[in-house]
Amino acid sequence: MTDNATRAPRLTNGSGRGGDFAAGFLTILPVLIAVVVYGLLFGTLAAQKGLSALEVALMSAMVFAGASQFVAVDIWTAPPSILLLGATALMVNLRHVLMGAALAPRVKGWRRVQVYFSLFFMADENWAFALQRAAKRPLTPAYYLGLSLPLYAGWIATTTLGAIFGEALKSPERYGLDFAFTAVFLTLLAGLWQGRRSLSPWLVSAAAAVAAYHLLPGVWYIALGGLAGALAGALQGERPADIERAEDAA
Amino acid sequence: MQLDPLTFAAIAVMAIATYATRGVGYWLVRHKTVSGRFAGALEAVPGAVLTAIIAPMAFVTGPAESGAALITVLLALRLPLILAVAGGCLAVVGLRLLFG
Repeated sequence: MTDNATRAPRLTNGSGRGGDFAAGFLTILPVLIAVVVYGLLFGTLAAQKGLSALEVALMSAMVFAGASQFVAVDIWTAPPSILLLGATALMVNLRHVLMGAALAPRVKGWRRVQVYFSLFFMADENWAFALQRAAKRPLTPAYYLGLSLPLYAGWIATTTLGAIFGEALKSPERYGLDFAFTAVFLTLLAGLWQGRRSLSPWLVSAAAAVAAYHLLPGVWYIALGGLAGALAGALQGERPADIERAEDAA
Repeated sequence: MQLDPLTFAAIAVMAIATYATRGVGYWLVRHKTVSGRFAGALEAVPGAVLTAIIAPMAFVTGPAESGAALITVLLALRLPLILAVAGGCLAVVGLRLLFG
């Protein structure tokens, strides 16, 4: 795994690869507090839906995307609806497309395989810190791995622990845990708020979702709300900052 | 500790879909510019999906859930997000008692 990081000698500077890895590691540590709490909560909710600790560990290791994992467990059925889960993961994670596009100019000196390997670990937190680093000095694979591996290991460990604990927890409504999904998504939304630009896609999505919730079976309201919001976003066009970013990348 | 084959298949499909979103942005920028209405739509999708997910619970289920949703958002503006989640869950328990 670290082999990928060791093959970029011309990108390392005075502090060296180990220094870069440690710097990334220290930068991401405070974020791990949030990962522990969300991880335990996710594992608990997943266990309530009948997922085993092994299944939770596999999902965290293979998908490694908190928001979409919460959504998946929220709409989880027995047996699982595979296409719906895949399509929903795709939609919830679409922000990664823009994040990857923003990262592209910062990893120009990396080997292609290093980039595609690193992208697997791209999450909101390490992405934000990677861009912050790139604004000051060259972003190295070692620094990026230092940001990413604690997040990855911490997410797998805490979600699995949560699942082991959650199997033992009876009647979660008593603690308001059935509302935890909604609360988690509301806080994620608060972080996504972009001012007036967010208003029309979100209102259109909420209206479409409520209508579809009344008229259609299952969780079609999620797909229809997402599509309606995307159309509202398309009508607005791109954000001024994205135009600069595209020119930067060209 | 068991592993259901259908569950594993669902996780694998989710993993492929998720990795696709992570890889395609970089790939796109290397091959063409993401701009205009397409960029606007992509930007709006995650927030729109999350809004759609919470809409029934926040607006349709009942006054306790709507009130707790409002409290969660207000807490999220002031406090660490974890505390906002905990506060929202406590609020729904209290409001359900209140509204019977």
